[in-house]
Amino acid sequence: MSLVKVLKPDELARIDFRPPRTGWMDTPAEFKPGTWCYSAAPKNLKYLDLPNPREWQPPDADWKLPVNWKEIILGGFKDRLEKYRSFRLFMDICVRCGACADKCHFFIGSGDPKNMPVLRAELLRSIYRRYFTPSGRVLGKLAGARDLTVEVLKEWFYYFYQCTECRRCSVFCPYGIDQAEITMIGRELLNLVGCNINWIIEPAANCFRTGNHLGLQPHGIKDMLDFFADDIEERTGIRVEVPINRKGAEILFVTPSGDLFADPGTFTCMGYLMLFHEIGLDYTLSTYASEGGNFGLFTSHEMMKRLNAKIYAEARRLRVKWILGGECGHMWRVIHQYMDTLNGPADFLEEPVSPITGAKFENARATKMVHIMEFTADLIRHKKLKLEPSRNDHLRVTFHDSCNPSRAMGLFEEPRYVMRNVCNNFYEMPENTIREQTFCCGGGAGLGTDENLEMRMRGGLPRAKAVKHVHEKHGVNRLACICAIDRATLHSLMEYWVPEVGVTGVHEMVANALVMKGEKERTADLRGEPLKGMETSPNA
Amino acid sequence: MNIWFPLLAVAILVLIPLGGVGGANWSYLFGIVIPYIAFGAFLIGFIYRLVQWGRSPVPFRIPTTCGQQKSLPWIKTNFFDNPYNGVGVIGRMALEALLFRSLFRNTKMELKGDRPVYGGAKWLWLAGLVFHWSLLFILLRHLRFFLTPAPFWVDLLAGIDGFFEIGVPTLFLTDAAIMLAVTYLYLRRVVIPQIRYISLPSDYFPLLLILSVLLSGFLMRHFYKVDILRVKELVSGWISFSPVAVEGIGLSFYVHLFLVSVLLAYFPMSKLMHMGGVFLSPTRNLANNSRLRRHVNPWDYPVKVHTYEEYEDEFREKMKAAGLPVDKE
Repeated sequence: MSLVKVLKPDELARIDFRPPRTGWMDTPAEFKPGTWCYSAAPKNLKYLDLPNPREWQPPDADWKLPVNWKEIILGGFKDRLEKYRSFRLFMDICVRCGACADKCHFFIGSGDPKNMPVLRAELLRSIYRRYFTPSGRVLGKLAGARDLTVEVLKEWFYYFYQCTECRRCSVFCPYGIDQAEITMIGRELLNLVGCNINWIIEPAANCFRTGNHLGLQPHGIKDMLDFFADDIEERTGIRVEVPINRKGAEILFVTPSGDLFADPGTFTCMGYLMLFHEIGLDYTLSTYASEGGNFGLFTSHEMMKRLNAKIYAEARRLRVKWILGGECGHMWRVIHQYMDTLNGPADFLEEPVSPITGAKFENARATKMVHIMEFTADLIRHKKLKLEPSRNDHLRVTFHDSCNPSRAMGLFEEPRYVMRNVCNNFYEMPENTIREQTFCCGGGAGLGTDENLEMRMRGGLPRAKAVKHVHEKHGVNRLACICAIDRATLHSLMEYWVPEVGVTGVHEMVANALVMKGEKERTADLRGEPLKGMETSPNA
Repeated sequence: MNIWFPLLAVAILVLIPLGGVGGANWSYLFGIVIPYIAFGAFLIGFIYRLVQWGRSPVPFRIPTTCGQQKSLPWIKTNFFDNPYNGVGVIGRMALEALLFRSLFRNTKMELKGDRPVYGGAKWLWLAGLVFHWSLLFILLRHLRFFLTPAPFWVDLLAGIDGFFEIGVPTLFLTDAAIMLAVTYLYLRRVVIPQIRYISLPSDYFPLLLILSVLLSGFLMRHFYKVDILRVKELVSGWISFSPVAVEGIGLSFYVHLFLVSVLLAYFPMSKLMHMGGVFLSPTRNLANNSRLRRHVNPWDYPVKVHTYEEYEDEFREKMKAAGLPVDKE
C-alpha cells in the first residue's frame, strides 16, 4: 500500500499540538518523506503548454526557478488581486480570531500550526502586505509583512499542497473567508513558475488529450464498459446495453473516469448501467467527454475552463437534450459553481426533465446538468424503481458527505433519501463530522498519491475516527460516499485506521437493491459477496 | 515583540494628549485639528477601501453552502444557510452581521483518548457579540452629545442601559460588558498557544486601543469628570463647521478624544475593515443558484481547448476498430 514508511496508527495518532518555539516566519518548511507529492513531469507540463518544464523534486535545494521568478509571482499576485474580489477581500479582512484553526483536518491530524487555515492564508497575506499595502511596505515585520524569498515559495508549495480545498474552515469563518479560494490562487501562482505536482498535472494532461484523467483511450473505455456488462450479466442474468458516443440520445451521462478503472468505483459504475437499463433511459456515454472530474480546479481557473469545455462541446455534438452527472465530489464543485460561467451558456440544450417521472429539475435550468442523486431520489420518490433493501442487509452503512457536494452545493438529503430506500441499516456519524461540517478524506484536491501517504492518513484522521466510532457503536462495516476520489482514498484510509470497514458508492447499493425485470435469483451482491441468508447458496 | 510593542504603543498614545494638553495646553490641536483629520481619514479611507473591494470583479459564484440546497420540491430547503435567492441572501447576511451566525457554529476539538471530539465553543461568539453590540449601544448613546435635544430613543437606550442605577452617575451595563468582552478577547490571544502563535501586533493593538478608549471614557464619566456643557459646545462647533477651542473641559476628555481619533484614523488601514468587508464576502453574499441562473465572468477570455476533431483525428482508427461511431470515416 505504501511507497514510504508510515508510522503505525497508534504512533501517528499521538499528535503534538504545541506550536514550535520559533515564530512562524522563522520556521521554514521541512520536506519530510510522506508529507509531499512528486513534482510534475516535464512532458505533462509541455503537453499543456505550462511554464518551466524541468526535472526537479521538492526536497532539492535548487528548484530551478526562472531567473525572474519573483517578478512573475508578484505580477501574478497583482493580477489576481484585480481579478478576484474574493482574493483581495480575504487578504484584507481576516482578524485572526482563530475560529478556523481546529476545523482543518490537516491541523487535527498533524498539529502543525501552519495547517491552521488562518496561518496557511497568512503565508500569502504576509507577502501581500509587504508588496501591496502601505503599512507593510513601511513597517515590515511589525505589520506582519515579509520579503518574498525562495524559502517562502517552498513553504507555499508545502502547505498549498497540504490543503484539500475542502472549505470546512469557511463554514466557521465569521467573514466566510474560504481557504480553498486562497489555496487555489496560491497554486495558480506556483504554477506560473512551474511548481506543481505530478498527481495533478498528469491527470490534467491525460484529460486534455484522451478526455479523462486516467488516459483511457476510446477503445479502452469500451472494453471496460463491456467488461462491466459481462459482470452484470453474471450477477443478474441480464445483458445491459452500454451506449457510447451515440448521437441523438436524450441524455449525455458524464461520470468520473476513476469509476471505470478501480474497485470499488467500478461497482458504482455498474450500478449506473443497471439503473439506466432498468428504467429504459435514452442516454449515451462519451469517450471524448469521459471525465466528470476536473483537475484543472487544482491547477488554475484557466485549466479548469480548458478541461471543462469538453462537456458542453460533446453535448452539442451528440445533440442531446441535457446532461446527467455521476457521483463525484470536486466534479460537482466545477459543474455547479463554475461550468455555466466558464463554458456556457448552454442555450443549445433543453431544461432537464426526467423522462421517467416527468419531474422538472428547475434548480438546473441554466446549466442543464443534473446530479445523479437528484435524478435517482426523484425516481424513488415517484416509485419508479422496485427495490429490495434487504439485499443490502449484509451491510451496516454510514455515509460520508463529500466536501464539495456539501459545501459548494448543499446536497445532503438526496443521497440520504436514496440510501434509506435501498438499505435497512443506516447510521449517521457524529453530527459535527457530517453534512456541512463533514471532514475530508485527506486525499482530495489532487493529493491522493502514495508518496504523500503519511499526510493523507493524518488528514483523514478525523474522518476515520468518526467512522471508527460508528463501527464500534453500531457495527458499521461499509462507508458509503458519492465521490470518486473518496472511493480511491477512503479505501486506504479505512485499511489504515478502521480495517473492518469497506467503501462503497451509493449507486452500488442502489444496484444491489434494484429488482430488475427478468433477473435471475440474486445470491450475491455486485462484488460477488453472498447476500444475507445466501452464504451457503451454491451460486454465491 | 508581538505582544509588547502594541502595549508600548498604546501607552505612548495615552501620554501624548497628557503632555499636549495637560503640559503644553494645545487644546486647539487636540480638540479640533486632530479630530477633524482623524475623522476625515476615517471617512475617506473607509470609502476608498469599500470602493476598491466593490470595483474588483466577482468572476464566479462561490457561496459556501451550510444547509440543504433547493432541488426537488419535496425536499425541505435550508433557506438561510443555503439561500437560493436575494431574500435568502439578505436573511443570511442579516444573521451573519447581527448574530454572527457562522461564529455561532464554532466547535472546539479535543482529543478523547485517541479520538478527536468536537464540543460546543460559544465563548468566542458570545464575547464577540457582546463586544460589538455594546459598542453599537455606546456609540448611539454618544449621540446625545451631538443632537440637542437628544432624540427620545437615545434617552431610552441610556435608560435601559443604566436600568439598575448602580452608583452615581449610573453604571451603564454595556460599559461593563464591553470591557469584560474586550479583556476576554485580549486574554485568549495571549493565553491560548495557537492563537498567540498566529497573532500579529496588528491583532493586539486594536484591542488595546479600544480598551484604552473604553477605560478613558469610563474614568472620565465616573472619576475624572469633565464639564459636559463645554463638551457639547465643542461638539456643536465641530458639526457646524465653525469649530472653537473650548477651555476648561478637563484633561481626561482630551485623552479619550485623542485615542478615539487614533482609532478612527487607524481603522481604514487595519483589519477593523472587516466591518465593511463582511458584507462583500462572495462566499456569503451570493445565492446558491449557480445552475439556475447564469453568472457571467466580466473578464472571461477564450482558452486553448482540445477539440473533438483533434481527438478523433488521433484515435479514429482505434475507435473504428472498437466499433465506435466516428464523425469522419
